Amino acid sequence: MTMRTLPVGEHGLLVELESGEAAEALHAELLRRAAARLLPAVREIVPAARTVFLDGLADPGRLAAELPGWRIPPLDRGDSEIVEVPVRYDGPDLAEVARRWGVPPEEAVRIHSGTEFRVAFCGFAPGFGYLTGLPERFHMPRRATPRTRVPVGSVGLAGAYTGVYPRASPGGWQLIGTTDAVLWDSAREPAALFTPGTRVRFIPVWDTADTTPDSTTPEQAASEGAAP
Amino acid sequence: MTDSAFVVVRPGALTTVQDLGRGGHAHLGVPRSGALDQPAHRLANRLVGNAEGAATLETTLTGCAVRLRRAATVAVTGAPCPVTVDGRPAAWGAAVRVPAGALLEAGAAAHGVRSYMAFDGGVEAEPVLGSRATDVLSGLGPAPLVDGAVLRLGTPHGPVPGVDGVPHRGVAPELVLPVVLGPRDDWFTPAGLRTLATGDFRVSAASNRIGLRTEGPSLERALDGELASEGMALGALQVPPDGRPVLFLADHPTTGGYPVVGVVPEAYLAAAAQAVPGTPVRFTPLGRASWGPPAGRNATG
Repeated sequence: MTMRTLPVGEHGLLVELESGEAAEALHAELLRRAAARLLPAVREIVPAARTVFLDGLADPGRLAAELPGWRIPPLDRGDSEIVEVPVRYDGPDLAEVARRWGVPPEEAVRIHSGTEFRVAFCGFAPGFGYLTGLPERFHMPRRATPRTRVPVGSVGLAGAYTGVYPRASPGGWQLIGTTDAVLWDSAREPAALFTPGTRVRFIPVWDTADTTPDSTTPEQAASEGAAP
Repeated sequence: MTDSAFVVVRPGALTTVQDLGRGGHAHLGVPRSGALDQPAHRLANRLVGNAEGAATLETTLTGCAVRLRRAATVAVTGAPCPVTVDGRPAAWGAAVRVPAGALLEAGAAAHGVRSYMAFDGGVEAEPVLGSRATDVLSGLGPAPLVDGAVLRLGTPHGPVPGVDGVPHRGVAPELVLPVVLGPRDDWFTPAGLRTLATGDFRVSAASNRIGLRTEGPSLERALDGELASEGMALGALQVPPDGRPVLFLADHPTTGGYPVVGVVPEAYLAAAAQAVPGTPVRFTPLGRASWGPPAGRNATG
């Protein structure tokens, strides 16, 4: 495994890897070693797109020197519990996403809901996970103009990732649906539904008034307040 | 009027509940948060006999006023400011006994930005991930103080130490911030790094609990584009496309896509949090951490 170790201040270490998959594998190995008490004391272990950032190390240089000698098993998709997230595929950008994928909207729903996702990392807001799993041909650019307000529970696509907005906020992701799942609840243990490594599947649901995924037009969905 | 609480009479520009923050949750997208001037927060707590992690009020420039429903020992530290009890002057930087029903006011900061008001027993609020800190980026923790809000106080448990007062560490005419270079110093040209070391920067009025923004010259980049999102450290000097460094403070986002040219050690962040807009800022690059490889070298295993 090729990695680059970069100093971050006096107590931090940024490990850069060749792919998101490699970063997830290193993150999983770091958690295994931390659980087995084989890792020096560390305050934060933060995976991201192609890096893992460790902060609060007494001697980051020592860990940086050891890391290249680690045997890091490939990512084990494993049989851990899958979090199922019910989604109404009624997002204002579903038609656009389907067009870019070259399929009808109902097929786009089948593709998305037929994919097993994994939380690669979290960021942007508490409980916001960057989920990977869609093959590269289904990756999506962000919207040219971000929306000033994306409603809570919106399911969106950007780049390689799928994400669910844990609260209303501005955002540039392509919105394909809405969920009532609570992504973040400070009073819940654990507060976050998605943590790095969580396996996720989106389950299509329809409002009782609707029977098919394409009965909600993008215009109707946009009228609920998601329009930019 | 004898319950263990206080009523907000004047919230000031921004007054929040703060403690030592909720470190250890960055992987969930949760900022550390907590008092920006940690030494001042800890000192205020020690003066009233609290543990250092008890919650205090952090004011911003204009202070705040509260009416106490129980007698309390209080202390105001951080940015020096006039302290009054029912309009009568009281000591700053010292334990002050305030009777039940009295109005306690911290006035506008004479120097600095943030004053800390500690109460014996601490400010009570529902902890989120083990902390009562208000995080202005993510909205976690209690809401910032508003007129008429009622906040509970905890039960005092320690004796109040017999300290008459504490010296103020003084205000420097300029903010000098050492910078450990990296992780992304190689995204800047040698000229850009020279600008960091020699440029005349000033604290921008757009600074807040998330970051200290600077005005001044732009750091020239060697690489264009954005980084893939990566973890961000407290004290990171992130350089957005306009080239002017932003120093990440307690409520900073946990990941980001702009390059971090260097990191200011935590010990210097309290001074940064007290620097008013317009304060000259000088960065003194220290080179990379001693173990760090020269920029660009790959370690292969």
